[in-house]
Amino acid sequence: MATKADILKYLEEVKDPEIPAIAIEDLGVIRDVQINDKKVHVQISPTYSGCPAMDMMEVEIKATLQEKGFEPTVELVLYPAWTTDWITEKGRAALEKYGVAAPLGESADKRALLGEAQLVKCINCGSKNTQMVSQFGSTACKALFKCNDCYEPFDYFKCLK
Amino acid sequence: MEQKIYDYLLQLGDNSMILGHRLSELCAHGPSLETDIALTNISLDLFGQVRHYFQYAAKLGVAGKTEDDIAFLRYAHEYKNCLLVEQPNTDFAYVIVRQFFYDLYHLHLLQDLTESQDKQISAVAHKSLKEVKYHSRFSSQWMKRLGDGTAVSHEKTQAAVDYLQPYTAELFEMTPVEAELQEAGIAADLMAIKDRWQHDVMELLKEATITYPTNEFSHSGGKKGVHTEHLGYILSDLQYMQRAYPEMSW
Ligand SMILES: [Zn+2]
Repeated sequence: MATKADILKYLEEVKDPEIPAIAIEDLGVIRDVQINDKKVHVQISPTYSGCPAMDMMEVEIKATLQEKGFEPTVELVLYPAWTTDWITEKGRAALEKYGVAAPLGESADKRALLGEAQLVKCINCGSKNTQMVSQFGSTACKALFKCNDCYEPFDYFKCLK
Repeated sequence: MEQKIYDYLLQLGDNSMILGHRLSELCAHGPSLETDIALTNISLDLFGQVRHYFQYAAKLGVAGKTEDDIAFLRYAHEYKNCLLVEQPNTDFAYVIVRQFFYDLYHLHLLQDLTESQDKQISAVAHKSLKEVKYHSRFSSQWMKRLGDGTAVSHEKTQAAVDYLQPYTAELFEMTPVEAELQEAGIAADLMAIKDRWQHDVMELLKEATITYPTNEFSHSGGKKGVHTEHLGYILSDLQYMQRAYPEMSW
């Protein structure tokens, strides 16, 4: 019988459809896996309520496990609610490499988004001389920033707690 | 009891759905690219929350309806949203003032509902609350920017506040179902929320140099299914697909 570690290993293949550089496991979306012989039950937490990627993730989890010969079911669990704290170190590194600034802690995030302090590092040159353009970016989870030194516009993954 | 929870879920969901639809109308029509994206992101959050409510309602099975039936196949008098959220996007000041009044109400409502005895309602509230904090921050900042901005933006914002404020009293009206569910620790106590809302609104309007209207008159009816003419137009848009192609799905 497969172990939870085996299943999680298989699920490393499933990426966030909107940020394909990051595995949903590193995004902290997978909450639990229960295994009963060939039957595998995966619990996932949505990042944002309206995130259109959630349905896609469910489809891909099922397809990945079916391919390995399992009979998967996926359940959406709302509580405890997902937080950006669940993004792993590996996930944060993958985000930054992809060009999305990783979330700051709660109070730093608030100060950055209110324009009270320059805390978000430019993804291109590393300068902290950056400025928020919009609290809401290309997807629900991101805000739009720009660098005042190299002028690069970039996404910042907002803190959600 | 299940029937009552079902009714309550629809009421919670309808407010978010109709407001979400209003905001979605601004897609590609926002005053700037950033505000356009912000308003449609807020719309998306609201629709996501609606899905949680309606999926739960469908699961209760009292009416034998699916999530889509609930969203798309009711008549106007069966929608129980407050009149405020169906008011049109007259201009950007109206959009922001409507959002500001609703966000602060929504914030306090969800804070209360995290304590609900109903586990699923509490879970949805926990999830939604995180998102609505961002919404209220967005609309509060715009209130200050518009109210304390130019003479024109001030005047337009004051006009929107004067026009929309009479629609806010209805947010705090308790239906008999709500009163009963509140007794049971499931629904929120809207009277208590009203005081907190009033306090927050007054504080922010002061900063925004906007005067809170003193009139006592208020509109109501939405929670009983008696709507303004605007809802009919919204539904003809919203329901077009399901009415034209019954039972179609993606
Ligand atoms: Zn830079």
